[in-house]
Amino acid sequence: MDRNGAALMQPSKRNWSAAALWLLPLVYLGLFFFYPLAAVLRLVVQGSTTAFNAVTVLRPLGFTIYQAALSAVLTLLVGIPAAGMFARFEFPGKRFLRALTTLPFILPTVVVAAAFNALIGPNGWLNQGLMAVFQLTEPPIQLLNTLPAILIAHVFYNTTVVIRLVGSAWTQLDPRLGQAARVLGAAPLRAFREVTFPLLRPSILAAALLVFLFDFTSFGVILMLGGPRFSTLEVEIYLQAVQMLNLPLAALLSIIQLGCTLGLAILSNRLSGQNYIPLTPRLKGEGTSRPEGVGQKAALVGLGLLLLSLLVLPLMALAARSVIIHDTGGTRLTLDFFSELFINRRQSLFYVPPVVAARNSLVYALATVGLSLAVGVPASAALNRRGGFTRVMDAVLMLPLGASAVTLGLGFLIVFNQPPLDVSSSPWLIPVAHSLVALPLVVRTVQPAMASIPENLRQSAALLGAQPLRVWWEVDRPIITRAVLVSAIFAFTISLGEFGATSFLSRPDMPTLPVAIYSFLSQPGAFNYGQAMAMATVLLAVCGCSIVLMERLGD
Amino acid sequence: MVTWMVIFMLALSACGTPAPAMTSTPAGPEELTVMVHDSFSVTEQLVKDFEAQNNVKVTFLKAGDAGSMINRAVLSKNAPLADVLYGVDNTFLSRALNEDIFESYDAPALAQIPASFKVDSQNRVLPVDYGDVCLNYDKAYFSEKGLVLPESLEELTKPEYKGLLVMENPATSSPGLAFLLATIAHFGPDEVWNYWAALRDNDLVVVNDWSTAYSVNFSGSSGKGQQPLVVSYGSSPAVEVVYATSPVADAPTAPIVAADMCFRQIEFVGILKGTSHRALAEKFVDFMLSTSFQEDMPLQMYVYPVDPAAKLPEVFTKYSEIPVQPVLMPPDIINANRDSWIQKWTETVLR
Repeated sequence: MDRNGAALMQPSKRNWSAAALWLLPLVYLGLFFFYPLAAVLRLVVQGSTTAFNAVTVLRPLGFTIYQAALSAVLTLLVGIPAAGMFARFEFPGKRFLRALTTLPFILPTVVVAAAFNALIGPNGWLNQGLMAVFQLTEPPIQLLNTLPAILIAHVFYNTTVVIRLVGSAWTQLDPRLGQAARVLGAAPLRAFREVTFPLLRPSILAAALLVFLFDFTSFGVILMLGGPRFSTLEVEIYLQAVQMLNLPLAALLSIIQLGCTLGLAILSNRLSGQNYIPLTPRLKGEGTSRPEGVGQKAALVGLGLLLLSLLVLPLMALAARSVIIHDTGGTRLTLDFFSELFINRRQSLFYVPPVVAARNSLVYALATVGLSLAVGVPASAALNRRGGFTRVMDAVLMLPLGASAVTLGLGFLIVFNQPPLDVSSSPWLIPVAHSLVALPLVVRTVQPAMASIPENLRQSAALLGAQPLRVWWEVDRPIITRAVLVSAIFAFTISLGEFGATSFLSRPDMPTLPVAIYSFLSQPGAFNYGQAMAMATVLLAVCGCSIVLMERLGD
Repeated sequence: MVTWMVIFMLALSACGTPAPAMTSTPAGPEELTVMVHDSFSVTEQLVKDFEAQNNVKVTFLKAGDAGSMINRAVLSKNAPLADVLYGVDNTFLSRALNEDIFESYDAPALAQIPASFKVDSQNRVLPVDYGDVCLNYDKAYFSEKGLVLPESLEELTKPEYKGLLVMENPATSSPGLAFLLATIAHFGPDEVWNYWAALRDNDLVVVNDWSTAYSVNFSGSSGKGQQPLVVSYGSSPAVEVVYATSPVADAPTAPIVAADMCFRQIEFVGILKGTSHRALAEKFVDFMLSTSFQEDMPLQMYVYPVDPAAKLPEVFTKYSEIPVQPVLMPPDIINANRDSWIQKWTETVLR
């Protein structure tokens, strides 16, 4: 399994090409990540006179780790079987269901909170149904502002990461390996445990790390669904920086959060051991089959229903609220919320037509895809060269996920205040900020795919007279296309949803769909609420169509 | 409304270059940059008229909620991003004044503004509008249950109001902090914690942001939640009428404006130190204090004008009420104590 191809090259040549691959990622991270971050962290040194006690740090740290671990385990429990279902079975509506499971990832937390409230809130569908069936006077399910609400929301958000990451590895897996084990008498579970699972391990670990980090830096979910009794490091950073105006403490907490992220990234790197099994490219549809027998069918239906109720039902609740009016005049269907979006009723200077908001969102999202691939693909290729530097970089590339968006936002403000790099006049700094969050996902998706390209295929191609570029085009490209596509979808959705607090740089002259949703939700009045739901439905539709389109392009 | 902002959106937003002097052509309009919080809104035509009259291009730089905006102004005070800042309120004012980011301006319009709004004797900041944080109640709930309205802060601890009040966390929300300050002004900074313990034991519900409190927990809003009492603004009922889904004869909610139960938030405008457009900046401040702008604000931002001569829209006079005796607290006292008060509140109510 030794990848001896690299050894065939001259050492000096190898170093040069590795250095060339690292150039762009290093410059990019250095300028847009470490430079602003360092500016904020310097505040700790400058003004550390503020007293703080260890409890303000340790209490949120403990809870942060606890809830992130629980959330990650639950997400894997749902995501791995789902990934297998999409990788190994053909069933009606598969493409549609997979696109739907991606949508939660883009939703701003306010909207998710609204969707959960419509579904499981005190006056939500579930409670109303139960109250009607069992003749209850009080809603039986009180989930909001509890730990389960946080966990459910995290599963809702991040299951797609597992489905995409593990699923893409699973699709590439030679189905004959599992079949051979079965022929040799292994029960299905044993075949999975001893053959499939070890082969999937790198992708499962990568997914686990990413999901854990997303939950670790969770912010909106904790604030909106967990309520004031729960606090994570990221929430504390926000409170200290924005509410208490205590930047030194916020910066100190950021350092702790970054340290934890780095530690985790190194740990996961050790665990996965970087043993990639060479994979021969699979034909499209190879290894998938229709479910056979009652057991398989029942399992698939059960899993499908679980995904529908966990990931799709909240979206439907949200869409339903955008077309239903429920007031003193009774309950009725309406398109008023949508048509009103097109009217500047207040004649406000800051009115945003929905088409413009959607266009702005798409422009930023496509730019984010371009930037994160331009940096992430060379970085992934460089990571597959061995060496101590590579191991360091492998962990460093995960850091943007652990950097508080609040901290990074402040950093951008401090350092990018002069043309040509000026947050006030450079709209492209927004996709830059989004691409920093997307970068770890791109690397974790593309790098394993690149590592699994069998060296003997390259050598055969070279022996047959193919030039290096041709070898890359004919051998590498087909294998990594799928992974690049998956990472492009991640980058796209991260930008479209302005992922949590990364919206720190939004510009009023280029407002996006999430910005428009917030402005409706920040006012009283049933009509404003309905319009927020309508705008959120537009966001869902735009994202859904884009994902389907991108998957088509990848085929 | 200082932070009717969804709290996690730390929109350190940006827009337009504060014109570098060398690139602006002499014939073109001068540029004026105004930093505002995200809730800022104004009728488009008013700004266009101002621009035409003064041969100026006004750029609004939305900089997040009030806290984020002050952060941003302070961090960039050596190379100011804007000429004018609007939207700092009395709970954040001292921090801004201590950082010395404003220039004094004795606007002529100050003469008409009541003294209670003029907080800074040096006129480094000038009052523009105010709003009162008051409890709102669900009219239908109270009439159906035949329940009497609470007429004082003390009454909220009575058993008949058990579990009926939802408020925002003072650590994350500006109306939540305002309500806490109202109770401190009423009970005093030592006695008040007994009151909060009693409220907690009376099943007070706390959420992190206004949006959740109002549209999820409050029964009088479209969310049809569980609590018929919510900490919101005195102007909220008027907005409920303007944005109702069917034309309504009456507001579904109303504020409770009894003495000491409301906290007054005042929003200020100031000229940022180091501006190279001082004359235009003064004109813009005058514009914000002019009758046309003062009368435009209520339906754009749901706040009340500080100019007593400005006419209020009918929905405001009909459905919203201005408290007779709101709580006013000096900004320096708020600034000196806010962190320790929030800490104490958290320990009393949440732990």
